[in-house]
Amino acid sequence: MSHAGGLRQLDVSIKGKSYRSAAGGTIEVLREMAFTLRVGAVGALVGPSGCGKTTLLRIITGLDSDYKGAVHLPDHGKLGMVFQEPRLLPWRTVEQNVRLGAPDASDAELDALFGALGLAAHRHHFPGELSVGQARRVALARAFAVKPDLLVLDEPFVSLDAALAKHLQEELAALVTSRHVTTLIVTHSMDEAIGLADRVFLLSPSPAHVVAEVAIARPRAAHTAAELAKIQEEISQALRKGQVAADALSRDSTEALQHDRNPL
Amino acid sequence: MNVASRLFSLIVLVAAWYVGSEIAGQRMMPGPQTVGLALWAEAQSGALAFHLGATLARVAVAFVIAMAIGTALGVWMGRSRVADRLADPWLVALLNLPALVIIVLAYVWAGLTETAAIVAVALNKLPNATVTVREGARSLDRQLDEMAQVFRMNRWVRLRHVLIPQLAPYLAAATRSGLSLVWKIVLIVELLGRPNGVGFEIGIAFQLFDVTRILAYAIAFVLVMLAIETFLVQPIERHVSRWRPKAA
Repeated sequence: MSHAGGLRQLDVSIKGKSYRSAAGGTIEVLREMAFTLRVGAVGALVGPSGCGKTTLLRIITGLDSDYKGAVHLPDHGKLGMVFQEPRLLPWRTVEQNVRLGAPDASDAELDALFGALGLAAHRHHFPGELSVGQARRVALARAFAVKPDLLVLDEPFVSLDAALAKHLQEELAALVTSRHVTTLIVTHSMDEAIGLADRVFLLSPSPAHVVAEVAIARPRAAHTAAELAKIQEEISQALRKGQVAADALSRDSTEALQHDRNPL
Repeated sequence: MNVASRLFSLIVLVAAWYVGSEIAGQRMMPGPQTVGLALWAEAQSGALAFHLGATLARVAVAFVIAMAIGTALGVWMGRSRVADRLADPWLVALLNLPALVIIVLAYVWAGLTETAAIVAVALNKLPNATVTVREGARSLDRQLDEMAQVFRMNRWVRLRHVLIPQLAPYLAAATRSGLSLVWKIVLIVELLGRPNGVGFEIGIAFQLFDVTRILAYAIAFVLVMLAIETFLVQPIERHVSRWRPKAA
């Protein structure tokens, strides 16, 4: 059904996902969560914290198969993932970590990746010897080295200082642009979403579903202040149109918008 | 510095031994020089190498069997609650069964054979390895497991690069306590039902009330184990923990 240019796109349609709570009741985390992502595009999932974004990613990456509905990965379904924490093997060097994740990567490909991410001098270091930013770069290198059909990033720059996060975001944008990897990034920062994505999916609070979808006109390009204002206006409108019933969400998201606009 | 302080400690030990033998008398507590000469004589005749070799072979085989099965069991019990519940009573029973009972039963049921001896020793060490490794398996990092799953790492890679490095400190602890436990039990097994080995020799010496020979064989074996610790266990441990940031 969903073929674009002969390649299957990412097609998520989850009817429902609930957990059993400790008290014995059930907590619904996702309901009618559906979206598609064209091959080669970057989608950003933005939503209030605790809305079930991580659960959604666990389902997409196959770590959680206990849900109703279906998820179709892009062709071949090879995954590269960047978790919230780097999740490197502390007892293996930077290069071994990347090679263990991506055994098929050639030397030339690794050289290029390490070069692009400024890791060339750290190939033989252990993760314990790296700075926070370097460890995140290794996690990025590992995910890209796989040459994934779908790259999944779960708030990859959370808990980094703003300058470093900005810097890594630019490096990620450059890699995504040059490699045309279908990418799904979860973030709570509207800034990050606008800076990286072709499409921004706005999520409701739990049980989460996609409230609105906004296309970014010139993805990963330097936006002028006017353009940014326009995109943000578009997002606010989309939010208002899509289910205002959940006012908690609009409150949360406008707050997030205002909060994100300030540093610009 | 390290070597010097170790050497000093050793010299104090020998000196204390010398003083002790002067007080207790040569018959009860032969001095270092007497024992040294006896050791030399045994080495010259080839008896020392023969008995040491027999004992070491038993230690090695029993140790490898106990560690392999004990580790597998420990990982299984640490990761599966059902397995833990099912196997725990067996483990507790085995842990608390006196070594002597296991040895005597093994000899009664399987005869005074090499197999019985090895099985008895391995069974004594096994629960100890299982308990230690189970502790390690319980503390395995789920996040790394998920990472390995998402990146589709195969079983071998997961075992070698994700699982075993996490268990390494526990395996090291089990090895340390295991080696010393196994050789002590091997001596009892030899004393009770083997025609060779350090334990057998000590049994003979006991019947002749030959304290010199008892000490000579004990020291020879302690030296061998010390060498194994220094030249085998410690270098392996250093290699395995090379990634840990060094304490300044």
